Amino acid sequence: MELKEIQRLEGHTDRVWSLDWNPATGHAGIPLVFASCSGDKTVRIWEQNLSSGLWACKAVLEETHTRTVRSCAWSPSGKLLATGSFDATTAIWENVGGDFECVSTLEGHENEVKSVCWNASGTLLATCSRDKSVWIWEVLPGNEFECVSVLQGHAQDVKMVKWHPTEDILFSCSYDNNIKVWADEGDSDDWQCVQTLGEPNNGHTSTVWALSFNASGDKMVSCSDDLTVKVWGTENIGIQSGGGFAPWRHLCTLTGYHDRTIFSVHWSREGIFASGAADDAIRLFVDDNESQVGGPLYKLLLKKEKAHDMDVNFVQWSPGEKPVLASASDDGTIKVWELIS
Amino acid sequence: MVSGLINANPIIYEKKERRTRTAPTALQDDNYLENKRNLDNYNCNIFLTFSHHIRDIKDPEHPYSLEELKVITEEAVEVDDQRNYVRITFTPTVEHCSMATIIGLCLRVKLMRSLPARYKVDIRVAPGSHATEAAVNKQLNDKERVAAALENPNLLDMVDECLAPSFY
Repeated sequence: MELKEIQRLEGHTDRVWSLDWNPATGHAGIPLVFASCSGDKTVRIWEQNLSSGLWACKAVLEETHTRTVRSCAWSPSGKLLATGSFDATTAIWENVGGDFECVSTLEGHENEVKSVCWNASGTLLATCSRDKSVWIWEVLPGNEFECVSVLQGHAQDVKMVKWHPTEDILFSCSYDNNIKVWADEGDSDDWQCVQTLGEPNNGHTSTVWALSFNASGDKMVSCSDDLTVKVWGTENIGIQSGGGFAPWRHLCTLTGYHDRTIFSVHWSREGIFASGAADDAIRLFVDDNESQVGGPLYKLLLKKEKAHDMDVNFVQWSPGEKPVLASASDDGTIKVWELIS
Repeated sequence: MVSGLINANPIIYEKKERRTRTAPTALQDDNYLENKRNLDNYNCNIFLTFSHHIRDIKDPEHPYSLEELKVITEEAVEVDDQRNYVRITFTPTVEHCSMATIIGLCLRVKLMRSLPARYKVDIRVAPGSHATEAAVNKQLNDKERVAAALENPNLLDMVDECLAPSFY
């Protein structure tokens, strides 16, 4: 197995914090597209050329955010792009005939917005901030967004929000070392914290930077400043018919692989998860079928040293047919990789 | 000056004589030539100059340098050129110094502006020197918080003022 560099994309003039593949691209002849966001206050849209297989910048979204753009996320239909910025706002962009127009600006957070995420059906958008809160916005007709819940519970900045891939259950991870699970048990916009995964239940001992779900949604991987990656599992996905919540539990901790903060993890449909870290490397992990009882359930598939010249802030597998990974770095570049067996 | 200074009467220490520091130990062993070939010139220059300049950073609330207040000593700066790694351990003048995060931020910005990008930098307060040591260390090493702080014009002005004497 080899992680082969397909392309190195330049354009951003500051560190690239994050990127997101458009989920509606990469099949049925639609070229793969992703958005990236940066400390240069811009968002860039990159599209693959079907004949050359290479990516080019199609649009630069600028002059809307006045500070770092920290996070970007496509709606499930791929029609809207949400961007969260240190300027405390979230912008919603619509692709109108190839041009991206800012159609809505969500205000409310007191300071830096750090992450944005759409739920599976595209009806809800979650945002989180250094103000320690998580906001849930309902998508209304005419590009209107209404805040339906402000979730307080974290003691420090919330680094990332992530919806479950099939259920309306929201996960948040924080500088307070905890992952919190939020659900609307009464179905009346009464969102509650239903579980906290922290140090007492084998959780992380420093900032949790990111988390990601496997394809079936019954496992989750999280990464932290404590230099570990943890895998969590649940017996039943979502809220059971009786109204009870199926809790998540710690399955295993991958320790000793990373020597500096791990900023990003992402699980592929094929069951390989990638990590991006402050040691400039990308690592891939897979299920360890030969694992001894009680041993770690995952093993290192490969380590790409010096994947970038500086910290790797974000990694994400593409929705296309081939195992293609994109990475974003403090060195200002994005790289597209293909996993070749 | 009966204002709210955190440490109104700091002890001032003598500045050390500026001398050219010896080369890092990695350059003194038997593989000297080979090691030297592996290092670009910039590397060595950095090593010889930056620790001098770090100690010239001004304290956020006094007209003295970090060296004069013994916030930074020669031993405070550890450089591992082989691993492209720098660690700074500074000592706030008082245990409850609320300026500790500003001082740490100044040190980080100084290194960001002076070191080649490939260097990894850890900054921490000396063990036992601060009441909220773990919290200060965590904040100083969270790059997202550092990035956000540096987009705050007031904070950036304060940092630039402290760094001014260190660039000459």
